[in-house]
Amino acid sequence: MARIEINAEACKSCSYCVLACPTKTIEIGKEVNSKGYLYAQQVNPDKCIGCAMCGHICPESAIEVWK
Amino acid sequence: MAEEKKVYTRTKGIIEGAVSGFCPGCMHSTVHKLIGEAAEELGALDKLVRVEGVGCCGLGQFYVTCDETIAAHGRAGAVATGVKRSSPDSLVYTYQGDGDLAAIGLAETMSAANRGENFTVIFVNNGIYGMTGGQMAPTTLVGMKSTTTPKGRDPEEHGYPMHMSEIINQLTAPYYIERVSCDTAQHVIKARKAIKKAFQYQLEGRGYCLVEIVTSCPTNWGLDTLKSLDFLRDKMFTEYPLGVFRDKGAEEK
Repeated sequence: MARIEINAEACKSCSYCVLACPTKTIEIGKEVNSKGYLYAQQVNPDKCIGCAMCGHICPESAIEVWK
Repeated sequence: MAEEKKVYTRTKGIIEGAVSGFCPGCMHSTVHKLIGEAAEELGALDKLVRVEGVGCCGLGQFYVTCDETIAAHGRAGAVATGVKRSSPDSLVYTYQGDGDLAAIGLAETMSAANRGENFTVIFVNNGIYGMTGGQMAPTTLVGMKSTTTPKGRDPEEHGYPMHMSEIINQLTAPYYIERVSCDTAQHVIKARKAIKKAFQYQLEGRGYCLVEIVTSCPTNWGLDTLKSLDFLRDKMFTEYPLGVFRDKGAEEK
């Protein structure tokens, strides 16, 4: 099963990963990190197909993908 | 269940655990990451030398793992010439924004391109001066507001946007010129390929390569990250069409 890991501290809430995800498994959450950004979270882990589009587009390299 | 494999990992080209100093949605950090990935794919990360322009790109000095120097404003082309000539085995690239490369450093950029110096230029074009507070750059679009053109860029007064890839394409010496973007994952992958190709040509000693990356500047455009993507696609891509302008390597095949 594919999974992603988001480094919440590096996330700056640009939401490019939300746009890039073809199966809509990422959302900007309601919690903030130490810098005050609402960080991205995976909401439907089962739907993740491990295409790594989120990883490619993330400006901060905050997402790592396993498949 | 088959063992899971890492399919996307953070490149070693940027400092582990570091968070860049760039604004949210800024594609400078994407480009830094792509440079690291391209060099890593070529196995040349330890040879990489970065010559940095002045501006937002200066924030990259706290973010990349390669050796680097910062040139005087606009003079990265001249400094990179010196670095490459004195250390031909290294993989030298300049990292410049539009204010640095197209405004104050135009002479150095053109001269280095005209000599066909064997280094790679990564030109990040976001149509505005970022670090200094959103002033008009040579690449600012007609009608686009900036702090020095509050009513929008007026061609009568400020001239027209400069298309650096097209201008450098007029010269004989450059080997490879491509304009890419980072607005979608597909474009990011294409941009990485372009940077990798430019680095490959440099390692083969082919000559001057320019990769122009059209990006957004949400902070100084005064838009949020997603609206700035729309602006990038609607306005910037119309003025700066993406594509390969010159690839002598492909022509030779």
